Amino acid sequence: MSVATFAFYLFALCTITGGLFTVVSRNPVHSVLWLILAFLSSAGLFVLLGAEFVAMLLVIVYVGAVAVLFLFVVMMLDVDFAELKAEMSRYLPLALLIGLVLLMQLTMAFGVWTEADTAMAARTAVAPEGVENTVALGLLIYDQYILLFQLAGLILLVAMIGAIVLTLRHRKDVKRQNVLAQMWRDPAKAMELKDVKPGQGL
Amino acid sequence: MIQADLNIILPEIILSVYAMLALIGAVYTSQDKAAAMLTYLTAIVFALVAFWIAGAGQATNIAFNGMFIDDGFSRFAKVTILLSAAAVLVMSQDYMSRRGLLKFEYPILIALAVVGMMVMVSAGDLMSLYMGLELQSLALYVVASFRRDSVKSTEAGMKYFVLGALSSGLLLYGASLIYGFAGTTTFSGIIDAAGHGPAPIGLLIGLVLVISGLAFKISAVPFHMWTPDVYEGSPTPVTAFFATAPKVAALALFARVMHDAFGHNVGDWQQVIALLSVLSMFLGAIAAIGQTNIKRLMAYSSIAHMGFAMMGLAAGTAYGVQSMLVYVAIYVTMNIGTFAFIMSMEKDGQPVTDISALNMLSKTEPTKAIAMLVLLFSLAGVPPMVGFFGKLYVLRAAFDAGLVWLAILGVIASVIGAYYYLRLVYFMYFGEDQDDALDRRSAPLLTSVLVASAIIMVVGVVNLFGIEGAAQMAAATLVN
Repeated sequence: MSVATFAFYLFALCTITGGLFTVVSRNPVHSVLWLILAFLSSAGLFVLLGAEFVAMLLVIVYVGAVAVLFLFVVMMLDVDFAELKAEMSRYLPLALLIGLVLLMQLTMAFGVWTEADTAMAARTAVAPEGVENTVALGLLIYDQYILLFQLAGLILLVAMIGAIVLTLRHRKDVKRQNVLAQMWRDPAKAMELKDVKPGQGL
Repeated sequence: MIQADLNIILPEIILSVYAMLALIGAVYTSQDKAAAMLTYLTAIVFALVAFWIAGAGQATNIAFNGMFIDDGFSRFAKVTILLSAAAVLVMSQDYMSRRGLLKFEYPILIALAVVGMMVMVSAGDLMSLYMGLELQSLALYVVASFRRDSVKSTEAGMKYFVLGALSSGLLLYGASLIYGFAGTTTFSGIIDAAGHGPAPIGLLIGLVLVISGLAFKISAVPFHMWTPDVYEGSPTPVTAFFATAPKVAALALFARVMHDAFGHNVGDWQQVIALLSVLSMFLGAIAAIGQTNIKRLMAYSSIAHMGFAMMGLAAGTAYGVQSMLVYVAIYVTMNIGTFAFIMSMEKDGQPVTDISALNMLSKTEPTKAIAMLVLLFSLAGVPPMVGFFGKLYVLRAAFDAGLVWLAILGVIASVIGAYYYLRLVYFMYFGEDQDDALDRRSAPLLTSVLVASAIIMVVGVVNLFGIEGAAQMAAATLVN
């Protein structure tokens, strides 16, 4: 068994174990940690495929940002996961049945997997020759797939508008600092000097 | 090359630039005070773009290496989407601002959703299909939970979001299987790779997963569970929007994928779609009988109507696509009128959705009652209203394609479904007298939309406003 094959089985096993324990572990913080394992191992799988840029993205974006964010959210939310799990166990027989059917279908699909005669040629026709894949992705995304790139930008804009619309509240009962009003404040208008004679009241 | 491509997607670019400018403009000026003006302005922009697209000629243009197709079919769908979205926006302004729901983001999100729908109906590639679908869905999830202090509205948005994410997952997995088989994601490449005759099993599973994802978007049974809750929980104008433009977009996309990417494998998907169609028609007709909330009732009604529209698609012929387009255009017109009526239902200034509130409406508001009567007859498919001709069209398409059993089941479902529409008519004309009738607030805009929609349902019998010819040309560009 060559090193590459060994690495493949190692990463594949780690990914599946990580995914499984993400679902079944009792402590939600552990779930997120298992999820990080699954991300890291799939990054390893991408490296084996020669897609090092996607592997780096997976580590930097998903492990570095998304999973850490998940961790914070899980720690901050007061959700009774035990209760959710109890609800889940009621549906477990049905879920197992559906899972089994899906597994059988996938075995059928991949057991006799065929692809069109033109598939391999079509797949390699897109990729630019002789450059490493960061360069290749750059050439494709900003040129051939510019429409998709811009649409992805619009989707992110909608996500941003949505997050603001659904969560922003202008509270009227909170005093806010108005910097300009503070700076433009005129001492002559703000206070009045009274010359109080000794021995007399105001 | 990029210049020519950009010219082809100019309508989409203009709409998205408009949305972004409106967003910046509103944020830096009067914010929510500009919302009413912005709503009308967006409706006007929609209408202008619709007329522009309608007059754009007959050419078929392909942009971005086949990722974007601008042909007669997509133009027909775009005009329907834009006009129905404009009508819903005009209707919603009064309802939403009186309940303090009208934020300036509402028309902007609708505009971006419409851009997503326009990309969907023009998609020529699995990737642009997905991008358009997500752009549309994400904007819809947000507007579903627009009434954020109401538990039901939040629940509607949440439910729609989670199930929508699941269906997107199914669709993507199917798309990856199709890519694995064909080695390309463009529809023109897939149709060449798939060849004639029955598809290999891997491709077939991919196809079925994509169909499941799309069926979720048009709420076909068994992917309909979200529909009644989302329709009930969302603010009524948003429900009206859900029931019109997104359905047109998703159905057009459905037809596009089936004919452009799998046009040589009709036998493989015909039975799946016929089954979805039968289940939707029967569930929509039977489950609506027990409903007392008119928005839930309309949700089941939309499920049943989607079943009929899919019957046209199941025929797998150009005539089938034509009948589907005619059906969906009629359906949208009826729904706009019906929702104008639902938006005008209120008691003591509060919206009501219980159908018992309709008791003896004919005495207090005879005009609205008669207009609603016409619309309900049309929804039920009672001749001589236009809705009957829509049903006749799809039934004939199914019959011509040799799906006699499907046509017969469709007629049976239609008869069952007529019961609950006619029950509303019964309430309006022969119900019990009640003390707390609906408010008689004059809402000239809603009433005129309602009456106009009803008049179309009667007058349209003459020639369906020439929509047949347009649909025929549109279908001819898709199926060949």
